[in-house]
Amino acid sequence: MRALARRWNLRPALGVTALILALVPWMLSNDFYYEIAILALFNAMIAVGLNLLMGYAGQISLAHGAFAGLGGYIAAILTGRYGLAPLFSIAVSLGIMALLAYGLARPILRLRGHYLAMATLGVGIIVSIILNNEEELTGGTDGMSVESFSLFGHTFTESWEWYLLAALHLLVLLWLAQNLIESPLGRILRSLHDSERAPASVGVNVARYKSLVFVISVVVAALAGSLYAFFSGFISPQEAGFNRSIELVVMVVLGGMGRLYGAVIGAVILTLLPQLLTSFEDYQTLIYGAIIIGVMIFMPKGIVSLFDRWRRRG
Amino acid sequence: MTELFAFLLTGLTVGFVYALVGMGFTVIYNASGIINFAQGEFVMAGGMIMVFLLAGGIPYLPAYLLAIGLTALLGVLLWKLTDLSRDSSQESLIILTLGYAIFLRGAAEVVFDKELHTLPPLLGEGHLTILGATLSYQALLVMAASVLIVAGLWFFFRRTRTGKAMIAVSLDPDAARLMGISLKKIWVLSFSLAAAIASVGGILLTPITSTNYEVGIMLGLKGFAAAITGGLSNPFGAVAGGLILGIMEALVAGYLSSEYKDAVAFVIMLLILFFRPGGLFSHRGVQRV
Repeated sequence: MRALARRWNLRPALGVTALILALVPWMLSNDFYYEIAILALFNAMIAVGLNLLMGYAGQISLAHGAFAGLGGYIAAILTGRYGLAPLFSIAVSLGIMALLAYGLARPILRLRGHYLAMATLGVGIIVSIILNNEEELTGGTDGMSVESFSLFGHTFTESWEWYLLAALHLLVLLWLAQNLIESPLGRILRSLHDSERAPASVGVNVARYKSLVFVISVVVAALAGSLYAFFSGFISPQEAGFNRSIELVVMVVLGGMGRLYGAVIGAVILTLLPQLLTSFEDYQTLIYGAIIIGVMIFMPKGIVSLFDRWRRRG
Repeated sequence: MTELFAFLLTGLTVGFVYALVGMGFTVIYNASGIINFAQGEFVMAGGMIMVFLLAGGIPYLPAYLLAIGLTALLGVLLWKLTDLSRDSSQESLIILTLGYAIFLRGAAEVVFDKELHTLPPLLGEGHLTILGATLSYQALLVMAASVLIVAGLWFFFRRTRTGKAMIAVSLDPDAARLMGISLKKIWVLSFSLAAAIASVGGILLTPITSTNYEVGIMLGLKGFAAAITGGLSNPFGAVAGGLILGIMEALVAGYLSSEYKDAVAFVIMLLILFFRPGGLFSHRGVQRV
C-alpha cells in the first residue's frame, strides 16, 4: 500500500480530501445543497489553477473570471449553435483558450506587480464587454441557455453524477498540481516568485515558464467554466465579469497563496459565504468587503497559516 | 464638423473626470507605492454624500465643502487601515484596496440606497453654443474646476514645501526621511488629497451622468487607465491620459459603436502597457520594475 502510494506520489492530504469529498454527499439532503457543493468544487478547480500562477509563479491575474466564463461560452456556443458534442466542444474551447493564453502571455507577463494586475484587468473587462455585446452569439446581457451534458451517450441529469464528475476532476487536478509543484519545473516556478533575475542568471528561460504556467491556469479555469456552464444549463456575462475575477483571486489569497490546499479551502469558504449571508441580504457586499479587508490585515498569509501556527504550538 | 466638435466637447468633459481620478491614483502611488483600487469609490462617495446632504436640507455650499471633507476623511480612514496591514507584498495590497472598494460600495448601499440619483446643475440648466455644438454650463464647470485643480496641484508640487516633500518621498523615501520628512504625514496627506480630488469630480459629474452606489467601478478603472496611459510616475501625465481616453471614447461612441465605447479606455491602456509600459510620455527603453 505504502509503496503504491509512494510510486504514484499519493499524499495523505489527497487521501483526506478524497475521504471528505466522499462523505459530503451524506450532508447534502437536497438538490440545492448539491448545487452549492458542485459550484464549490468547480471554484476550487479554478482557484487551484490560479494559485499555481499567483502563489507559485508570483504572477497576479485579475482576468481568470473572464477566462473561465469565456471558456464556458465557447463550449456552450459550439454545442448550442453548431451542434457539436459536449465533450468535443469542451476540447475545442480549451484549445482556443490555450492559444489565447499563449498569445497573451508574452506581452502581459513581461509586466510586473501593479502593471500586470492592470493589464490582466483590462483583458478581463474587454472580454466581458464583448460577451455583453455580441448578442447574436452570446445572448447579450441576458445570457444564454446551455444544452445538457452527455458523455458517450449518457446524459448527466442527476445531481450526484455532477458531484462525482466535479469531485473526480478536482482530485485529479490536485494530484497533477502536487506533482507539478514537486517537479523541477515547480522549483523553477517558485524561484520566479522570489526573484526573476536569479533563475534567469543560471540560464532559465523565465518567459517560457511564466507562459507555461499561465496557459495551464487559464486552461484549468476554462475547463471548470465549461463544465459549470453545462451543469447549470445557463451562462451569463456576470460569470465572466470583473467581480467574478476578484472573487477568484480572493479565494486564493483567503486560503493562502502558494498553498495547494489553501486554494481549495478559500474556494469552499467563499462559495458558502453568500449562502450564509442570505439573511443579511442588504449587508452582503459590505460584509464581503469587510472580510477581505480583515483577512488581508490580520492574516495576510491566508487561513492555512492558522493551521501552521497551531501545528507549531502542538 | 459640428458633430465632430460636439463629440470632442463630450469627450473633454468626461476626460477631465478621468483625469481627476487618474491624478488621485498617481498621487497615492507616488507617495506610498500603493495602487488604490478604491479611487473610483471616492468619486461615488463625493456624489452620493452630496446628494444626501442636499436632500437633508443643507444648503449647497456647506454641503459641497462637507462632502469633500467627508470623502477626504474616508481617505484618511483607508490609510489608517492600510497602515495596519502587516504584510505589504504588492498582491496583498492590491487585494486590500479591492476590499476597500467592495466595502465602500456595500456601505453606500446600506447608508444611502441603490437608486440612481442626480443633482441640480450648479449654474442652472443653461448652455453655450460653440460652432453649433452645445456645451452645458455644468460641463463647462467640470472643465474649469478640473483646470483649476490641475493648476493648484502643479503649484502645490512645485512651489510649496509640503508638495516638494511629497515629490521627494516618491523619488527616494529613505533619503526623504533622513531629511526630516515624516513619511506617515505624507502618506495620510496623499490619501486625503486623492480622495478630495476624486470627490470634486464626483460632485461635478453627478448632474451630467447621475450617480449610484456602483458608479465608482467603471470611473475608477478608467481613471486608472488614464493614469497608466499618461505614466504612473507623473500626476500631470494622468491629465493628458484622461483627456485622450475621454476624447477617443466619445469619438468611438459617436462614429463607430456606442456598445464598445467602454472598451476603448482599456484597449488603449493595453497598447500602452505592451509597447510603452512607462506611459505615453516616458523616454523610450525605460522599464518600470
